[in-house]
Amino acid sequence: MKAKGKNRIVDILLIAMMILPFVACIILKVCTTPASTGIDVTGSRIYFTIPMPLMDLEITESQVVSWAVIVSVLALCLFVTRGLSVKPQGKRQVIAEFIVEKASSFTVENMGERLGRSFAPFVAAIMALSALSSLSSLLGLHPPTSDINVVAGWAILVFVLITYYKLKGGLWNYVKGFGDPIPVFAPFNVISEVATPISMAFRHYGNVLSGVVISTLIATALQGLSKMVLGWLPGFLGTFPLLQVGLPAILSLYFDLFSGCLQAFIFAMLTMLYIANGFPEEEYEKRLAKKQARKAA
Amino acid sequence: MLELAIGIILGCCALGAGCAMIAGIGPGIGEGNAVAKACEAIGRQPECKGSVTTTMLMGCAVAETTGLYALVIAILLIFVAPNQLVGVLMNVVGK
Repeated sequence: MKAKGKNRIVDILLIAMMILPFVACIILKVCTTPASTGIDVTGSRIYFTIPMPLMDLEITESQVVSWAVIVSVLALCLFVTRGLSVKPQGKRQVIAEFIVEKASSFTVENMGERLGRSFAPFVAAIMALSALSSLSSLLGLHPPTSDINVVAGWAILVFVLITYYKLKGGLWNYVKGFGDPIPVFAPFNVISEVATPISMAFRHYGNVLSGVVISTLIATALQGLSKMVLGWLPGFLGTFPLLQVGLPAILSLYFDLFSGCLQAFIFAMLTMLYIANGFPEEEYEKRLAKKQARKAA
Repeated sequence: MLELAIGIILGCCALGAGCAMIAGIGPGIGEGNAVAKACEAIGRQPECKGSVTTTMLMGCAVAETTGLYALVIAILLIFVAPNQLVGVLMNVVGK
């Protein structure tokens, strides 16, 4: 009985840990944003700066929101995986097993047996982070994925991973890959190598940012329209932007829900494809066999 | 005179943003082609609807990239460039 009560308290704490970061972000945003009526597409607001030796470190809204997303995902994982047992009891473990199975089958399908198993956690983490970051705009927050710094960070991480897995086939093999059909193509191959993280970052950031900008423009336009159409009404009714109620939500269905989830899926998919394509499986097998032979000798 | 110069800067930024978005034609045609072919494929083989849809969405996202480059440049021209260019002008004039 006592253990059950303790479990209940921990559960409530974890649920609070899921929700409270977003509430804190909303409160922070409401308290710090100055009132304005015009179109406001200024990027993420800088909350405060920390002086650093080389460059001042700016703590922006997108950073704070992405921390909130990280804490929330962590709490969700802890909540779902609490009290695991061999025989599943209750829905929680079933949900956790479903997610893990889906993630690993998804990666194995796209990357092959060898890489897929080890990459499932990474891909699932990137997908969850990206999707939840984009969906945070439903709460009125500035989505972190509409800030290029956040997405470029992920893209650079993926680029490092791609290069690491390419190097598994040996340094010479990696360098030789740049002169692929004929050595004259080397500069183009270098450019296309560098373009990978740039295009990944711009694709994700541009999609989410375009949604934010279009939503803001339409909301402002509806405000002006309702002032024009309903402005003759007396008193409160004349100043109340009636057309702004509800209509932007329909657009947000596409721009926030569909586009955000689709971009998360595409980012994860491209990560998997690039890593799986770059990994030289045969060379790696050869090197592994050579190493083992040397060890045995 | 200064007002005229600032007006030219603002107008040219807006014109440049509009010209940049001409690039939206390319991805539009490309994605339309991709979706048309995907529809044909699903019509021919309804059983592989899932994988065709997934591949089509991937291809659409990749084809969209050039349009998004143009979008980023247009947004920079509208929201960022005017302030900076006016600042440069003010520096040159010495105000």
